[in-house]
Amino acid sequence: MSCPSGHGQDWRPSASLKALQTRANTLATLRAFFQERGVMEVETPALASTAAAESHLEPISCPMGYLQTSPESAMKRLLAAGSGPIYQISHAFRSDEQGPSHNPEFTMLEWYRPGWSYHQLRQEVLDLVQRCMDCGPAETITYRAAFQRYAGVDPFSVTEEQLEAEARQLGLTMESSMDRDSWLDLLMVERVEPGLAELARAVFIVDFPTSRAAMAQIRPDHPPVAERFELYLDGLELANGYQELIDPKEQRHRLMEENRQRHLRGANPLPLDERFLAALDHGLPACAGVALGVDRLLMAEIETKEIAQVMAFPKERA
Amino acid sequence: MLNHNQLKQGTRVEINDQPWIIVSAQFVKPGKGQAFTKIKIKNLVNGRVIDRTFKSGDMVPKADVLDRNMQYLYNDGELWHFMDPDSFEQVAINAAQVEEVKLWLKDQESYDVTLWKGQAISVSPPAFVVFEITDCDPGVRGDTVSGATKPATLESGAVVKVPLFVNQGEKIKVDTRTGSYVERAK
Repeated sequence: MSCPSGHGQDWRPSASLKALQTRANTLATLRAFFQERGVMEVETPALASTAAAESHLEPISCPMGYLQTSPESAMKRLLAAGSGPIYQISHAFRSDEQGPSHNPEFTMLEWYRPGWSYHQLRQEVLDLVQRCMDCGPAETITYRAAFQRYAGVDPFSVTEEQLEAEARQLGLTMESSMDRDSWLDLLMVERVEPGLAELARAVFIVDFPTSRAAMAQIRPDHPPVAERFELYLDGLELANGYQELIDPKEQRHRLMEENRQRHLRGANPLPLDERFLAALDHGLPACAGVALGVDRLLMAEIETKEIAQVMAFPKERA
Repeated sequence: MLNHNQLKQGTRVEINDQPWIIVSAQFVKPGKGQAFTKIKIKNLVNGRVIDRTFKSGDMVPKADVLDRNMQYLYNDGELWHFMDPDSFEQVAINAAQVEEVKLWLKDQESYDVTLWKGQAISVSPPAFVVFEITDCDPGVRGDTVSGATKPATLESGAVVKVPLFVNQGEKIKVDTRTGSYVERAK
């Protein structure tokens, strides 16, 4: 019981040594996978002069700049410079994200395929996950069908009032007003993700509302949809991919819109990444890209719901 | 004020003009979407448990509660009375509020009494309290290692499992958080 430092046993890793060995093996498997396929490993800065403006991602700022929430902008500069297919395994940082399946610092695998469609990339994501673990075949459903199936609403036509009523029926009492997208996000975590978990298989959700496009290209269907996919395994989001937006004007507009959204909810706007926008002006090749949470993949591999079980030192021990 | 990621288990918050303690808190966030903190809270006055969900950016006021160390005096059949040993100020709490700690009450022992806007609303015992055993089967000599236990009734009315070598009339230290025997006491 005597413990002068007051830290007891928390100097120890929260993950078992066996889990850490699984992590090492998985990292080796990922690198072998890309080596075989001729995808080049790259490294881009974790510390940079700005971070991608996204409404719901809060970067960690420090006197010298921002820790990166993802290596996306820097990797797209490499693509514009003619790198060809590239991948990166890096740490990403997101302030305030801490919970059973979130840690503010985590390991992200991100890769890009010039000339590929997001459908082709989806298949490669599945190939990669299957190389690491036995996850079986995947089911693909649209964002719209997933909401109709598990939340009983059409996310493209439902009104804010209907969403609020639906949430209230679920016993979800919010303490403050919510916009339409926030209600959809709440139904996503309360209804859709648990529904996907019950399927007990890999599921791709594809074609998101344009308000959830982030950096994905928009396809002018009726209604228009963002060409984006997410991979869920047992209800846990593992990867997020896009048919990448390559139009520099549209990209600038979206970053400014994200900053406007940030301002509306009281977050500081972020400086626009002019080097990234200059790279798009020069010309980003048509490509598909995806980010996959390596810690989440490990959670699926060792069948745990706790991210601390796959990390040596999560935030509370870091 | 607290922001949504300061909502942690054990934090006391004020919602709907009532004081609550957070029983559990969970952070959830769909990819690229809005982050939420789902909390289960227990009303400090009436014990009711409800769920609430906050989104990032929401601020929640801390409950205006304070804990005072007070001595347990007596129970008059309706109310339980405690006294601040420094100011001699007395407060009384009702059966519902004392329910969970009733079995750990002992005269003259110090308890944390929670006051909300000056009114006593709940009480919690120290982690360890020494009680006299008022009833248990006779002891078995020499059996100190087998791990076998027997039930013992304490002066407060609580029943705890004790090792076979412990006897009626002896005093034992109890962990009130788990209701388990710790060691023999003098």
